[in-house]
Parts: sequence; C-alpha cells; structure tokens
Amino acid sequence: MTPVEPDRDTLSQPPDGRPAHEQPAWRQDFPIDWPQDRYVERRALVKFLTLTSLAFTVGQFWIVGQNWLRRREGAAEIRRIASLSELAVGATLVFDYPALHDSCVLVRLSEAELVAYSQKCTHLSCAVIPKPEQGVIHCPCHEGYFDLRSGRQIAGPPPRPLPRILLEVRGDSIYATGVETRTV
Amino acid sequence: MGIPTRSFTREQRMPIVSGMLAFVLIIVVLQLWLLTATMNAYLGGDEAVIWPAAFASLLCFALNAGLLRYLRRLERPTSKP
Repeated sequence: MTPVEPDRDTLSQPPDGRPAHEQPAWRQDFPIDWPQDRYVERRALVKFLTLTSLAFTVGQFWIVGQNWLRRREGAAEIRRIASLSELAVGATLVFDYPALHDSCVLVRLSEAELVAYSQKCTHLSCAVIPKPEQGVIHCPCHEGYFDLRSGRQIAGPPPRPLPRILLEVRGDSIYATGVETRTV
Repeated sequence: MGIPTRSFTREQRMPIVSGMLAFVLIIVVLQLWLLTATMNAYLGGDEAVIWPAAFASLLCFALNAGLLRYLRRLERPTSKP
C-alpha cells in the first residue's frame, strides 16, 4: 500500500498554518471540516461504547462479589414465628425473617397447610398483599399477581416467583427454617 | 526524521470505523442482556451462571478494547524517509 501525505485529509488550513499532525489535541478533537468531524464523532462513539462495555463488565464482577458475600453469610437461622393455635384458617401474619427488616407473610391455607413468602415483590420490591379468598398474592404497585400455593408469578411484571420461607411445625409452634429463592 | 504519513486516508478509515461502531454496538447490547439475565439468576438463587457470564462479559470487553486499539493504530502516523 502506498503511504499518503497527512495533509491530503485536510480541507481547511488551520489558522497557524502548521500541518494537521502538529496541531494541538483539542483542535484535532474539534475539527473544522465536516468529513473529519463525522469521522471523529464515530470514533468518539466507539470510545464511549467501549467504556460502557467496561462498566457492564464491572457490573458482572460486582454480582460475583455479592454472591461471594451471600455465600459467606451462610444459611438463615431457625426461628419460631407464630403459634399454630393463634392462626385461624384463611388468616395471615406478617413477620420478619431472616433479618429484622426482611418482611414476610405467613398464610394458613387449611388445617394442615401453611405457606410463607417474602413480602417484597420480585419486580420493584413493593409490599405484596395475600388474598386467600382469591388464592392469589397481589402487588398493588404495578398489578402483579402470584399464586398463593406456589408463590409463582401469574400476571403482571414480576420476573420471578416470590422467595419461599421454609416452615416447620413442632407441636403448636411454627418455625421458619430457611429461604428458598427461585428463578422459575 | 522523515515526513509523518498515514497508511490509510480518512475516506478509507470511514467505513472501517462505521463497521467497527456497528460491531461494538451489538456486543454492548449483548453485554446488557447478559447483565440483566445474570442479575435475574443471582436474585433467583441460581449461582451456576454467575462466573461464566462474568468471563463472557470480560471477553466482550477485551474484544471492544482490541478494536479500539486497532483503530488507534490505523490513525497513528508512520514516518516516510
């Protein structure tokens, strides 16, 4: 390939008359000529997108870090949350599990059936409201609906089922024994 | 010291940078999808995809950075004796 002179690309002469490659950086970044300007703006967009690409990669490794921290915390502790005799069939109870401000909701479906879910909607963390008479859990913020028996999303924008709180009945006491998160 | 020259004219570099822009844009959109899918998996308790997705994203960034470096090399003046 035959090398070309640098000034072949220059249409307008800079005020100081020096060739393009001797011009200061700011003048090269803000060219006078339209063809050069179009080239520079495309190049700047490639640079910006590469920076965006770096930000997404950092985000991916942030998730790796968060996952490591979550694994380090270990399993949630077993805790008594309610008394079976105090919870009538169809009744609901709000409790905190596993941490103090992790609000959850317990529903007694029948004499022998109990379910509990995190109260945070998987869409934008609004508090969900169980409706045992309709068999659903409703999120009033964006009209999301979950199935009361399985916790799976059945309508609206929620992308995942509600995290299920694992329960155990010992005598008259109901214990929360762990949290089960799911993608489907 | 020789006269600084470029091996490609601006007219020749224009389709290269345009093609590169389209390619980088597609990769960045792919990375965005990868990030949202990984976040959904992480919040749903699925840990199996987290490391592979992070390495795939790193590979995408390396590809983009490599293309940008190639563009810089195309612009770099070379000396003619």
